[in-house]
Amino acid sequence: MKKKLGLIVNPVAGMGGRVGLKGSDGPEILMKAIELGAKPQSPKRAIQALQRLLDIKDQIDIITYPDDMGENEVRELGMSPVVIGSIVKGMTTPEDTQIAAMQMKEIGVDLILFAGGDGTARNIYNAIGDQVIVLGIPAGVKIHSAVYGQNPKSSGELAALFLQDKVKEVQEAEVMDIDEEAFRAGRVSAKLYGYLKVPYEKRYVQNLKSGGVAGEKATLEQIANYIIDNMDDEHYYIIGPGTTTRPIMEKLGLKNTLLGVDVVYRKKLVANDVNEQSLLKIIEGQKAKIIVTTIGGQGYIFGRGNQQLSPEVLTKVGKENIIIVSTRDKLNTNFGSPLLVDTGDEEINEWLSGYYRVIVGYEDSIMHRVSS
Amino acid sequence: MGIVKIRSDFQQARWNEPIIYEMSTPGVRGIIPPEPETAIKAIAGDVVGKLPEIIRRKTAPYLPEVSQKHVLAHWLRLSQETMGSNIGNDISEGTCTMKYNPRVNEALVAEPNFAELHPFQDEDTVQGILEIYYKFEQFIKEISGLDKVTFQPGGGNHAVYTAASVVRAYWEAKGELDKRTEVITTIFSHPCDAATPATAGFKIITIYPDEKGIPDIEALKAAVSERTAAIFMTNPEDIGIYNPKVDEFVKIVHDVGGLCFYDQANANAFLGVARAKEAGFDMCHFNVHKTFGAPHGCSGPATGAFCCTEELAKYLPVPTVEFDGNKYYLDYNRPESFGKVRDFYGVAGVVLKAYAWTMNLGAEGLRACADISVINNNYMEKKVLAIPGITSAFQGNGITRQEQIRYSFEKLHADTGVGTDDVNARIVDYGIPSYWTSHHPWVIPEPMTLEPCETYSKDDIDEYAAVLAQISKEAYENPEIVKTAPHRSSSHRRNDEASLDDPEKWAVTWRAYVKKHLSKKKEMDSVS
Repeated sequence: MKKKLGLIVNPVAGMGGRVGLKGSDGPEILMKAIELGAKPQSPKRAIQALQRLLDIKDQIDIITYPDDMGENEVRELGMSPVVIGSIVKGMTTPEDTQIAAMQMKEIGVDLILFAGGDGTARNIYNAIGDQVIVLGIPAGVKIHSAVYGQNPKSSGELAALFLQDKVKEVQEAEVMDIDEEAFRAGRVSAKLYGYLKVPYEKRYVQNLKSGGVAGEKATLEQIANYIIDNMDDEHYYIIGPGTTTRPIMEKLGLKNTLLGVDVVYRKKLVANDVNEQSLLKIIEGQKAKIIVTTIGGQGYIFGRGNQQLSPEVLTKVGKENIIIVSTRDKLNTNFGSPLLVDTGDEEINEWLSGYYRVIVGYEDSIMHRVSS
Repeated sequence: MGIVKIRSDFQQARWNEPIIYEMSTPGVRGIIPPEPETAIKAIAGDVVGKLPEIIRRKTAPYLPEVSQKHVLAHWLRLSQETMGSNIGNDISEGTCTMKYNPRVNEALVAEPNFAELHPFQDEDTVQGILEIYYKFEQFIKEISGLDKVTFQPGGGNHAVYTAASVVRAYWEAKGELDKRTEVITTIFSHPCDAATPATAGFKIITIYPDEKGIPDIEALKAAVSERTAAIFMTNPEDIGIYNPKVDEFVKIVHDVGGLCFYDQANANAFLGVARAKEAGFDMCHFNVHKTFGAPHGCSGPATGAFCCTEELAKYLPVPTVEFDGNKYYLDYNRPESFGKVRDFYGVAGVVLKAYAWTMNLGAEGLRACADISVINNNYMEKKVLAIPGITSAFQGNGITRQEQIRYSFEKLHADTGVGTDDVNARIVDYGIPSYWTSHHPWVIPEPMTLEPCETYSKDDIDEYAAVLAQISKEAYENPEIVKTAPHRSSSHRRNDEASLDDPEKWAVTWRAYVKKHLSKKKEMDSVS
């Protein structure tokens, strides 16, 4: 039976970048980008990815949206797509992306391949959550999410392997987006919106391949066991968001907030999904430790998706009480680059910089640089 | 060879050979031992009945039933499907130092007066091999600069585990084992430098490289503390870059009281050039089976030489080989020894071959091995990096490479979709063994690690580079031919890559294979 590939191209993704607009969300910005001479970026990136599927074109059905939301790109390569839905040509909207994703889910596609940026990823997440496996072709201005291949070709190859059952593992990957208006005003405010399921072959997502070493599930268990075995009765433990910290709460048998911050004391839940003010209240006059992991594809440990851990919270907890956890694979995604902090306070960023032991397994750590 | 030649008409046997269990025919026998004589039977009585009940089998062992002729044919066919170092251009096995293993040394160990020795023999009757052990130890002491050596470990990893055991014994003797809990290593050190101290109970801290590819010294400064038990480091590292700050690393660790172990599994770059002692190390090891000319073996027919300072010698495994001026003897009277890492006193055949190899070369010869290896590698680097699509780890950092290099096909992959697995499958079509990609993790994308040690001629290197150039050309002109390789070799591609990550599918024995994949559970239950 032929596999079904859903293809969504957000034709306006990436247009704001070349003209310095830091994003393309919203019709006004898009018009401005076009006035400034912006050219579509995502169609050609989608074509680069689709070229990697030519070898298996007879083994798959490509279901896509009309015109430049996928149809044109597929036809340009001499393939015949099944075209569904309707759009107003030249006036595509985020709703088109969402409806397309929902329709593809109903059709029962095996994989949705989309070309876009964080806004597109967010639209797809809003539409289908984790019910369909997806993979991003990086084509947007903002690429903070972790749902993309390394480049369009990698995305195409990984999609081909997945559709041939040569890659079966899937992984939850962060969907993040920043407030473009704030970004244009010089402030970065990134939010963690949720997780999409993406095919996982380390080599294509991260330039890695580590067959023969512990799989991700085993690694996460090791990290959680190590953290729990070393929890003391003196400290409050502030558990940051993410799938790497989630097993700590699960192993403790405590309710977990995947996208938020929870607090644990003596292995009992103090509070779920706390904001900055609640946190400050809880740790007032107490000893506390923060357990965080990288959020998004760029290696941020503070300032992206965990703004509750504000400069004030960090100052009160103390640098020596920050525990960073990560799988090796995730840490090596940006091999050669430091982990990043962006708390919004230059002084705090500077203070947080330096070397940390990142916990990557049971009694296993990597000395890693953190920089602002 | 004399001329650069690509073996474009190479064709390897492809037998589609079954597993020997699948060749089994009920009732067929390879050997039928004769019945014992009646008189012997009468004296021996019921031999099986004399065995304790608990160890007596209830049923016959589950073995294949195959005739001698078919067993011989089976293994010969399998041997034709291999591509070993003695038949191919094995520059491929970077980090493994695949040098020529002189046949004369194989003849030496096949001599009955050596081959028939038994490790249980009284030491008075094995003076010859003990003398070889003792004398080879003096060589290794001179080469490393350290004070005492054991050849008991059965391989390189085993020698590094010996180091971890010595570190443990040292801190235990000082009463500080509960405080000295951490061992530091580097990401491009051999993986056993992390794995074996972990096995010995230490926590592991790994240092990453700086922008030049050298272990980040600032990270080391941040990692050391009063909890540091030791550092275990390889140098030159796995990517072929020598850490010029190695003595500073040693000092930083010594300053906090930690011990320093130098992994010299691959010593081909510095034999006779640099010594562990001068860099300040307390311990080091050599892979006797590769650096010193004996064939490789997987932690069985191999030998690791572990070396240490006088201060640590008391913790070495027993027995050590000693000489009292008159006689060689095995010294078991070492009360502070941590015990043993292997039965008896090591793999004597490897020690004998390595002794012969070293005697044949002499000190100048050892130095020549290092010089030629480094020159070969740097000549090869120029040729390989001129090939489209190939780069190397930390290329352009201004540091001359040592005996090996980790290359990358990242660019070739981006340009053509042909990655290192494809090239590795294609290279065998030219009669060259598949190459070593990288130790894990693969932080250098699409890796290939090559090591043209002193064995290889300029023609060998030219041949290898020409084959890589040919494959690169194919990748840019007709990538399918590379992606669907091999075409002329016995090896195949795995048809289910994803199963490599699925422990439920792994079957490392026939019994596991039957249970997991042939659904013969009932049959197995009846024989287990």
